[in-house]
Parts: sequence; C-alpha cells; structure tokens
Amino acid sequence: MIRLAGIVKSFGELPVLKGVDIAVAEGSVTALIGPSGSGKSTLLRCVNLLEVPEAGELVIGAETVRFTGRPLDREAVRRVRRQTGMVFQNFQLFPHRTALGNVMESLLVVLKWPEAKARARALELLDKVGLAHRADAWPAQLSGGQQQRVAIARALASSPRVLLCDEPTSALDPELSLEVVDVLAQLAREGATMLIATHDLRLAARVAQEAVLLDAGEVVESGPAAQLFSRPRQERTARFIATLGHGAVPG
Amino acid sequence: MPHWLQLMLDSLGPLLWAGLVFTVPLTLLSFAFGLTLGFLTALARLYGPRPLVAVARFYVWIIRGTPLLVQLFVIFYGLPSVGILLDAFPAALIGFTLNVGAYSSEIVRAVIASIPKGQWEASYSIGMNWWQALRRTVLPQAARTAVPPLSNTFISLVKDTSLAAAVTVPELFQAAQRIVATTYEPLIIYIEAALIYLALSSVLSALQDRLERRLARSSGLVPEGAR
Repeated sequence: MIRLAGIVKSFGELPVLKGVDIAVAEGSVTALIGPSGSGKSTLLRCVNLLEVPEAGELVIGAETVRFTGRPLDREAVRRVRRQTGMVFQNFQLFPHRTALGNVMESLLVVLKWPEAKARARALELLDKVGLAHRADAWPAQLSGGQQQRVAIARALASSPRVLLCDEPTSALDPELSLEVVDVLAQLAREGATMLIATHDLRLAARVAQEAVLLDAGEVVESGPAAQLFSRPRQERTARFIATLGHGAVPG
Repeated sequence: MPHWLQLMLDSLGPLLWAGLVFTVPLTLLSFAFGLTLGFLTALARLYGPRPLVAVARFYVWIIRGTPLLVQLFVIFYGLPSVGILLDAFPAALIGFTLNVGAYSSEIVRAVIASIPKGQWEASYSIGMNWWQALRRTVLPQAARTAVPPLSNTFISLVKDTSLAAAVTVPELFQAAQRIVATTYEPLIIYIEAALIYLALSSVLSALQDRLERRLARSSGLVPEGAR
C-alpha cells in the first residue's frame, strides 16, 4: 500500500498541492489525471521525495515519512527511493551509458551487485520491454519510444514496490507512444503497482483500474477508472474529460 | 654546415634537458594540482555553505585579476619578508597551481552547471546519493564538454611556465637566456626555444583531438558508419 495523506506543497507563494489524500493498493494501477498545472506531476514527485512536501505523510510499505518542514533524514529518503522507480516525461536516460548500462546502473552502484549478476538481470528486463537486441545501443541511437522502454526497464531494475510514471507518453508521437502503452499494460497485467500522471486517456483507460482527477491542487474525484471516464460524478471531471476530445472512452 | 644550424644543434641538448627536467614536470604537476584545486573550488562555489562560497569567489577574483608574473614575484621574492622562504621550483609550482586552479574552477563550474537537472533527478530516482550522482552521472558528461576549454588552459600553461625563468627556475627559457649570454645569438637561440614550445603545444593539441574523439565515441555521438 502506498498512501499519501494531507500533502501540502507550494513553490514560493504558489500553492501547488492543498492537502491531497490518495492511496494506491498493491498490484493496482492508478491514473492521476488533470489539467496542466493541476499538481499531478508534483504529487508524483512527492512519492519518491524529488519534491519534499511541507506537511502531510507518506506511507510506502513499512516506511512512514512525516513532513514537518524540517529536512528529511537521509537514510529515510534512501529507503523510500529504493522502493520506488520513476519514469520521466523526457526519458532522462544517461547518454553516456548504453541501454544495458542504464539498466545496470542502480544494481551496480546502489545495490552493489556483482557485474555478471547485474548484467543478467538487466538483459532480462530489456527483454521484457522488447529491447534485448538493442542492449549495446547508445540512447542517442534509439527512437523516443525505445528510449522510454529502456527507461522503464531502468526504473524496474531494483524491483521497486511502485513504479511512478510522469507523463510517460507526452513526449512521443502517437505511434511511438503506443509501444510504451503496450509495455505498461503488460506490466499492469503482471501485477505491477503503478501511479501514472498523464493526460493521455488512451493510456489511462487501457492501463489503470483506478483514477484520480486533480485540479488546482485538490482531488476533485476518484474511483474506478472506467466509471470516472464514462460516468463522472463531478461537473469538473466531465468538463476535463470533454476537453481531451476523445468523447466516449473504451473500457 | 651553416653557422646558425651548428649553433642550434649545439644548444639543442641543454635546451631539451632543461625542458625535460623543469618545464615538463612543472607543467604536469601544476596542472594536476591545479585541476584538483579547481574542482574543489567549483564544488565549493556550486554546493558549499555561504562562507566557503565567499572564500572560493575571493580566491578566483584575486588570481584572475592580477598578472601571473606579479603573483610569482610575490610568492618567491615577497613571502621571505614574512618568513616564508621557498625554493624557486616549489614557489613556481605554487604560483602556477593557484593560477590553473582559479581558471579551471570556472570551467568546471560551468560544465557541471550545464548538465540538465533531469540527470540528477534520474540518478536520485534510482537510489543514488549526491556523491554517486555526481561521480557516475554528472562528471562523465561534464568531462566531455570540459576537454576543449581545459586543453586550452593546459596549452597556455606550457607556455606560461617560461615566466618561471623570472623567479630563477632553470627551465627551458632560462636555459636559452644563459646560452644567449655566452653566444650573443639571441635571434637564433630564442627562435629555437620558441620552436620547442611550439612542438610541445602541438603534441598536446594532437592529444586533445584524440581524447575528444574518444569521448564522443563512447557516448554514441558519432554515427555508426564513422567508427
């Protein structure tokens, strides 16, 4: 179970999250949707402490972190980050390492695995995202969709409890984003726990069971994804889904 | 054999010897120490607490704002009056190290700052701490950008070591001066010294070229066909 409670975060004078509560059950996929600036990326980044909230609480597995405005204990940050993997909008692969090197990095540096064991595990993960044959390619030689799939493998390397995806398809054109959606859907079927910030309804509808609509730093509505997309209870949810221009969403 | 050629050949030995024993070690040592100092200064300015930032800025300000020759004079001729007596070589080494440290710190600071924030975040997200992210992700990428400007500093340094002659280090240029004092052939001997400096910096330029190409290759920036 990953739980965020009463999360408050502002950038300077600007409040971004105004007391957000969400919970993600183990083995389920939750889509965080909402307009730009709604705070969904920030909320996601609070889960692995790339952003530190001013107030609230994060529970991830056995770890509970309370935010009080004081700097966090480094060890606690490390423990939280070991239980989370993150996929970024712009991939952020390490350009000076091959696809394989990118996936091996956390195993070698953070978990201190021996080279051979790390290599075997990394190849297994690249195979899972359909890129074992590109293991020795440099990021610059891969398409955007391939780069994002390597990034997913990298995020999964240390077997995180939850995979955080920050707009994983927004930097890709529709054709390339499909291969990323396929990989994420596959992971979801295998029981991975994921929290996905997105405004790609195709991604959300195919991968997520649960959905949370965030607007202006507050949760507007949450519930089963299919229901939220097809029969939203809140006027604001309906308006937002209409702006995405997809009309009826399958699922 | 023409007189000038005979003269050049006769003086080649002592000049090369002075270069080998003083110019080259002075250059290599002060570059190595200077780069270390520059790296630490850059880290202090980027990530240090306020007082440390102030110290680092003050140091860079002083060194960059005063002539190298004057700095060498202060260290070698000036410091003895406050009881700090240094031999010529260590005095020159300190002067050049401080100089390289200040200039290279600006380069190191700029290239580290040029690495996108996302690369730090990607490193943190896979569990690295600050030092691991710096060492494994940021510095290897920064190093590639830093090679051309740092090579520039290095080549300038080779030539600048001739200033050590003024604080009695018997390096290449001082050896030339001594030969001129006995042969009265300044044109020929000083041109010969200049040619040796030219050869040294040309070798370094060639090495820089090779290093740049190797670094580019190890990041997939060179298309497959060009390998």
